[in-house]
Order: sequence, then C-alpha cells, then structure tokens
Amino acid sequence: MNPRVQSAAILKNNLQSLLFVLPAVLIFCIFYIYPFLNMIFLSFHEWWGIGPMHFIGLQNYTEIMSDGLWWDAIIHAGYITLIALTFQNALAFALALACDRDIRMGQFYRVVFFIPPVLSEVVVGLMGNWILNPGLQEGQHIGLLNHFLSISGFPHLVHNWLGDPSTALTTIAVVHSWKGFGWGFIMLLVGLQTIDKQLYEAARVDGAGAWKIFTNITLPMMLPVILVVMVLTILGSMQVFILILSMVNQGLVNHTDVPVTGILTSMIGHGRFGYACAQAVIFGMILVGVAFIMKKLSDKVKQA
Amino acid sequence: MQRLKILCCCLVVVLFAGCSQHSQSGNTILLWHWMTDSHDTLVKLAEEYQKESGVQVTVRLFAPSDAYSRMIIASAQANVLPDIFGILSVKSIVADFIKAGLVADLTDEMKANGASWANSLFDKALADKRFEAGNIYGIKPGIYGVPINMTNQQMLYNKKLLAKAGISSPAVTFDGFIKDTQALRRVGITPFVSGWGELWLINCFASNYAFNIMGEKKVFATFRGEVKYTDPDWIKVFTIFASLRDKGVFIDGIVTKGNKYAEQDFALERVAFAFNGSWSVNVYRDMNPSLEYGVMLPPAFSKAHSLKIWGGAGASLLVHAGSPNKDKAIAFLKWLTARQQQVSLSRETNTLPSNKEAMPPVLAFVDPVLGEFFKGMEHTTHPTIWPLNEDPLVMEVFDRGIQAIIIGEKTPAQAARDVQRVKDRQMAKGNK
Amino acid sequence: MKINKFIVFGLTKLTLIHILLMSVAVTCLLPIFWMVRCAFMSNETIFTDKALIPQQLELGNFVIAWTQGYFAVYLLNSVIYTVCVVTGIVLIASLAAFAFSRLKFPGRKVLFYMFMAAMLIPLPGSFVALVVLMNKLHLINTRMGYILCMINVGLSMSILLLKTYFDRIPHDLEDAARIDGCGKIGIWWHVALPLARPAIAVIVVFNSLTVWNEYILATLLLGDSQLMPLQRGLMVFQGANSTDYPVLMAGLTMAAIPVILIYIAMQKHIVKVFSSGEVTG
Repeated sequence: MNPRVQSAAILKNNLQSLLFVLPAVLIFCIFYIYPFLNMIFLSFHEWWGIGPMHFIGLQNYTEIMSDGLWWDAIIHAGYITLIALTFQNALAFALALACDRDIRMGQFYRVVFFIPPVLSEVVVGLMGNWILNPGLQEGQHIGLLNHFLSISGFPHLVHNWLGDPSTALTTIAVVHSWKGFGWGFIMLLVGLQTIDKQLYEAARVDGAGAWKIFTNITLPMMLPVILVVMVLTILGSMQVFILILSMVNQGLVNHTDVPVTGILTSMIGHGRFGYACAQAVIFGMILVGVAFIMKKLSDKVKQA
Repeated sequence: MQRLKILCCCLVVVLFAGCSQHSQSGNTILLWHWMTDSHDTLVKLAEEYQKESGVQVTVRLFAPSDAYSRMIIASAQANVLPDIFGILSVKSIVADFIKAGLVADLTDEMKANGASWANSLFDKALADKRFEAGNIYGIKPGIYGVPINMTNQQMLYNKKLLAKAGISSPAVTFDGFIKDTQALRRVGITPFVSGWGELWLINCFASNYAFNIMGEKKVFATFRGEVKYTDPDWIKVFTIFASLRDKGVFIDGIVTKGNKYAEQDFALERVAFAFNGSWSVNVYRDMNPSLEYGVMLPPAFSKAHSLKIWGGAGASLLVHAGSPNKDKAIAFLKWLTARQQQVSLSRETNTLPSNKEAMPPVLAFVDPVLGEFFKGMEHTTHPTIWPLNEDPLVMEVFDRGIQAIIIGEKTPAQAARDVQRVKDRQMAKGNK
Repeated sequence: MKINKFIVFGLTKLTLIHILLMSVAVTCLLPIFWMVRCAFMSNETIFTDKALIPQQLELGNFVIAWTQGYFAVYLLNSVIYTVCVVTGIVLIASLAAFAFSRLKFPGRKVLFYMFMAAMLIPLPGSFVALVVLMNKLHLINTRMGYILCMINVGLSMSILLLKTYFDRIPHDLEDAARIDGCGKIGIWWHVALPLARPAIAVIVVFNSLTVWNEYILATLLLGDSQLMPLQRGLMVFQGANSTDYPVLMAGLTMAAIPVILIYIAMQKHIVKVFSSGEVTG
C-alpha cells in the first residue's frame, strides 16, 4: 500500500470516528459552550440582567477572593459532600451487596430504595416540616421526631434540629443522603451484577473468607463503578440547593449557605448577574480541580 | 439495524410534529402573569372582555414567582415579551426596563379626560410603578403600570388564644405587647410567628419600627450614607428583636420558617400573633374556617414618629412599549380596573380592589378581616415609593444580622457594626 | 456440629441483613405512604387528623388535580418530552461514548474532558443567553427547542456512565464482530449497546426522572400552554398563596407514578445477570 493511500485511509477512518461524536458535540456547542462563553464574558462585567453592561475587568473576581461568606458556603457544601461520600455511599454499597444475592423480597427492596430519588423536593420539604418541626402545641411536640424522642424515653434529645447552627447542616446532609442513596445503590448493583459469579466460586474453593473475597475480588472489580458513583455524589452534593431551600428557606443566618444558593442570591436577590457568573466560574474551577485530583488518585490506585 | 432506522425515523417525526410556531393574530393580546390565585378569575374576565369588545386576551400563568421573574428578564433580552406583563423586581430594575424602551408610558392615558383613569384608582396603589419628578433613576416622570389590587402587611391576633390568657384586646404599645406575650407564655401558648426564613418579611418588620423610631427622613439619610447603622436609633431597632427573643416571644425555629409554614402555625391555632400580608385571609379561611382573628398595626415602640406598615399595589401590570397591540392592551387594562371588573375580581379572589369606587361594595361582602386590613392602608408605605432604596447587599446583611440576633449569635451592637462595614464598602465602591 | 454452627451463623447474618434492608425500606416507604395519605384528606383535616389512616377518604382531590391542572394535556406533553429526550440521549450519548472508549481519532481526550468538565461547571445567568439564542434559532416556544436543551442537560453524565461500561467490554468480542464483517456502527449496535444494557437502563431511569421533574427550562422556553409539561402544572399549585395541599399531594402522587413505572420496567434490565464469560472486566 502506498503511503498516500494509507494516509487517506487514516483520514477516512478519523472522519468516520468523528461522525460518532458529531451529534453530541453539535448539541453541546450550541447549548453549553455558547452559554458558557457568555458566562465567562459576563463575569468580567457589572450587569443587572437588563440594561447596559459595564466592563469592570477582574473586579468581580477580586471581590470573591475577599468574600468570606462565599468561602464558608464552599466549606458547607464540602461538609455535605463528605457526609454523602461516606455515609450515603457506604449505605448504598452495603445495600447493593445485600441485594446482589438470592434474597427474599430482593425485587421489593430494589423498587423501594428508589422511591426517595423519585420524590419531588416539594414532598421532601413538607415531610421535613412534618418530621422536624420544633414547635409545641398544648405541651405536645408537633414534629414527629421530637414526639418520638420524648415518648420513647429520650426527652433530653429533643432538639430544634434545623434551627440550631451546630446541627442544621448535618440534618440537611442526612436528609440529602437519604434522598440520594438510591442512585448509588442502583449503579453499584449494576456493577456487582456484571462480576462473574464464577470468580467468587473459584475463590471460595481456594478457601478465601468473605472479607478476603470482598477485598480481593469485589472491590478491585468495582473500582471503576465506585469511582463513577463518587464523582456523581460529589457533583450532586456540591450542587445541592433545592433541598436546602425547601427545608430552611433562605437559610439559618449564613450557616446553611452553599455555593449554588450563593450564586442564586447574587443573581436573583441582588440582581448582580456578573458577580454570579464569576462565582460560578470559581466554583466550576474548584469542582474541576477536585475531579482532577480524584482521577489522579484513581490512576494511582489502579496501578497499585 | 432495521429497528434502529425505524427508531430514528419515529424520533424525527415526533420532533418535527411539535415544531409549528403558534403566531398571534392582530386581534389577540397576550398577558403573562404569576398570580396563581387569580388565574381562573382573570381567564373568566378575559372571556367576558372578548364578548364585549371582540378582542381576545390570552392569559398565561407562570408560577412560582421566581421562575416568572427569570422568564421576564430573559424574554426582555430576547425581545419576546408579551403585550401585558409584570416586573417583580426592585424599582431600579423597573427603571432599566423603561430605559430599554420595553415599558409603555401610560401617563397620557391616565391623565386623559380630566385624569379620569388615574383618579379612579387609589393613589397609593398607583404609586407602585410611578416615577416622580427628579427621581434618582433618571426616568421621565410618569405612570408606567396599572395596579389591579391592593395589599398590606400587618399583625394578626387569635382572639380565642388571647382570651385564654385573659387578654380582651391586644395592646397597642410595645410594652403592653410584651406584657401580653408573657401572659400567653404563662398559659403555655407560643406568642408570635412569622415566616422569617424569607428575608423580606424580616426587612418589612424591621422597617416598620425604623420608621417608628427615627422617621422616614433619617431612614433615607441612612440609605444615602449620611447616618450610620451604628446610630443609637438603629441600635434600638436591632434591640427590639433582642428583647423579643429574651422574652421568649418567637416560635422555635422562626428564622428558618417559610411563610407557608408560619401561616399553618397561625391557622392551626398554635400561635397567638402573626405578622403577615392581607393575602393570608384566604389561607386561614381555607385551612381553618372557624379561626377567630383580628388585625392590628404592629404595636408602636416610640411616640417620636408614626409607625408605617408596608403596603400598596398588590400586583401591577405593565404594557410592552414595542407591542403592535399597545392600544388594545391599554384598553383592556382600563376595562380591568373599572368598577365592575374590580368588584368581581375582589369577589372571586378575596382581595382589596385598586379602584376607589369598587371599595365600598367590596367591603360590604368581603371577609371582615380584609376590611380591617383596608383600614391600615392609610398607614402604608413601601420601598417602591421611596425616593431611594438601600443597596440589596447591605439589606441582606441587615436581615441576616437580625436572624443572628434572634438565634443569639450576635448582639444588636455587633449586628449594627457588621451592616455598617458592608455599607461603607458599598458606598466606597459607588463613589469610585 | 460444624454444620450446625454454620447454619446458625448464616441465619444470624441473614437476619441482620434483613433488618438492615427492612429498616431502610421503612424510611423509604414512609414518605410515599404519607403523600398518598395526605392526598386522600381534605384541606381542613390534613393538618389536624393525626390518625394513620384518615377517617374520611376524599377521592375528589385526584379529580380536581386531574381537571384543574389541565393534567391530560400536560401529561401527554411530559410523555412526549421524556420519550424523545431519553431516546435522543441514549442514541447520541452511546455513539459518543463508544467513540471515546473504542475509536481512535484526534482530539478524543480533549473532547471527552470537555464533556466531563461541563458536568462540573454550573451555568447561572446563562439562561438569558440561552433564551436569546433560542429565539434567534427560532426554537423558542417549540417542542424541538426544549427537547434539544434537555438532551444537552443529560448528555455529559450519560456519556461518562456509558464509557465506563464500554471500557469493560473485552476486545476479543469486538474483534470477533469485526471478523464477522461488522463495521464500526455494527459493533456499536450489535456488541456495545446490548452489553451496556444495564447502564442504558440506569441512564433511561436517570434522565426520565430529570426530564419528568424539570420545570425551570420549561418555564423559560415554552410560553404556550399547549406545549407545557406536567411539572409546570404542579408548580402552579405551589405558586398559590393558599396552597391546596391535598390536591397538590394528589398531583404529586400521580406525577410520581410514571417514573416509578419506568423504573420497574427498566429494573429487569438492571438486574440482568450476564452469562458467564461474556464480561470479565
């Protein structure tokens, strides 16, 4: 084959391959890249959503750097994410492992665990008020949780869960984890199902215990899926906000602020579109940084 | 492969099936609003109007209101605003819409025929979208919006619960109010609730007392930066919240409470006093028809100045200046605010009309509590009619500071210092 | 004796597993029970009747939600949007993910990371630019515009999920298909897609849920009530000062049912166990 024909073949091959990604890239460019560039553009401006824009250079960014509340909000989101990564994912994995076997009512559990993600945030907010209401009526606790605590002999644990800065964020994180574990559960279950059961058999024949099978077979095989679940958890938890709005409205002073509520406040509350966009850029950069670190870590683990 | 091809074809067919653009004919005007409670009535009135005039009014509802605001801003940029719409943002944004040539100046229509239209409406309601001579926004003085109803925010009290605590009528002074709340607490009743998880309600309550303690001139001077938030009068405003907290007046969790939950607490007779708007009469009627309650002004703290409450137009509608149907849209709004239509709007939605002549017949049939709300209209003021507003960033720190006082994190002095720090920063930025 | 010990151990383990599963299941069922319970109550009793099963069952709320909320039109729209968006995402994302996982072409890595970064960077304020652009493209107030927008929303995550599964397909299978005369598109259709069925099922569920519950873009892009999806109808109930909670709950219950049905339908693909040897990681 002469080189020109060969390079023509490579070109044709490349073009064919590019055709596969073309629809995705096309939609992506129109509906993401264009608004994205617009956002970057806006982040250098002062703009109220209507009327003329004023170019102010990096002023929005320098303001963010000294905006203590913004960085607090990032820490709050980080805290929620940390709880989701540990508590939520551990729960999801445990439940997936339990369901990845012939177990009675397995089908039932698989459906039931998916109910929280399906529920509208409206329902969760109303439920939250029903369960966590700190009020009293005629000496009776209105909230289900406090009522339960007081009648079951733990009246000293009765607490204003969402109204106390020391417990508000944790309460939100727990509810968030409850609402989100179903996704991790499904994805991990799918991952577990694809592991060849013969591998377990072989290991068992070799005399490996349950723990050994788990660490030597299940975990390594599941690593890519676990990684995806972790990435999605970080994403979902860092960007949480509807749940917070529905549970504590505009927030408990600034103790329940997260980046997305901060961005929304800047944009809708203060009408500062430019500043909101700059906040989004910074927030995006932080998330990309986290994702990058995670990828490096996973590469290391894979090599080991 | 065959299945794939069929699938693709189906997809394309479905996609294009819905592609046809619906165009508006010349005799149709489009109205976009956010008022869920009034939607059915507006649609009914629009049908009536079509019978009378032959002009079709298409009424579209976009709820909730924050989604509506977002859509209006985006539609303004894309130049796809409807003929009639509302702007729910602060006055400076309204000014930006006017500057962009998107809002029709209705002054000439209002002033025509001896100002018959303008005179038929309550001045306080009209002021919502009116720009006075020499306004700081640089807008040509005039009227830019048509109010279709009125509202205000006051205190409500539960008669039964007060009687339980041996109170025959609620006190009108702040000290008396504190005494009432202590009597309520002695019989195990929570004294006060409001949806202070929504910052604007805190701001409204605080603003009432700021006007009462220092008068409007000093409040506006503070906005201009001439008076500091650390001024003793402002400290007094902050201290009101601290003393209410110390006396155990607030319901637990008041700072994270949404107004809907606050309304539930009052409707279900868990709380004796509430601070809420006149729309709430509908909520209370629906949730607890046997609720016996009355309306009062927030108890005055000081005799120095009169206490002002927030109120005015409940909703104002604007006409798109670039609309080819501008005149028809104006004619519809004129019809909508005429006596008869205002009476039926009030009857159906249980609200206060913006038309003066409609008020007496409405007061005859409407919920008596709403009538009590109407009496408060003479004490109303509102940020939209002030000559200038506080920077929203400063306002937020102010409201958050009050939340921090209520949960015991800050003292009034600390909160005041924090607000002033942000105020100084914003002033410095504004001068640059 | 030894066997007995094993049986006892196994039984305790099984009991513990069941206790864990059961207690989590109860917390998941509680809200749905509560939602349905509220949907059968009246506005006056909903906050006062503390009984587990309300004394009087009101069926009218479902009727009101169905008729007042223009449910029939909205429901049809929601179904159209969900079907189109999900089909679109599965096709477009799987093509792209297949290329990222299996094909070599210049810019492969850059493009892939671009999609991944998009997942991480929120776009506030860009709604203004989006509406302006859609208007220029004459896509505002059309089904097409909304569908394309929603496809974009779910694209990145679906590509990531699918690529993870495509990566696990052994190369021998691909080679075998190539020997059988399959081109790239043939391998995608005959090998990659069937093997990634569990992942596709997850994507279908995930994106159905997103589309089904979306209302912000719908409010921005669709001004015509004939085009609006279900969730918009429900938001209307919420926008009211005097919220009719039982009707809202009835609406939310009805709105949740289709998603749960989709999930149950997809479930059997999710739990499909591969015949041994087909996928070995």
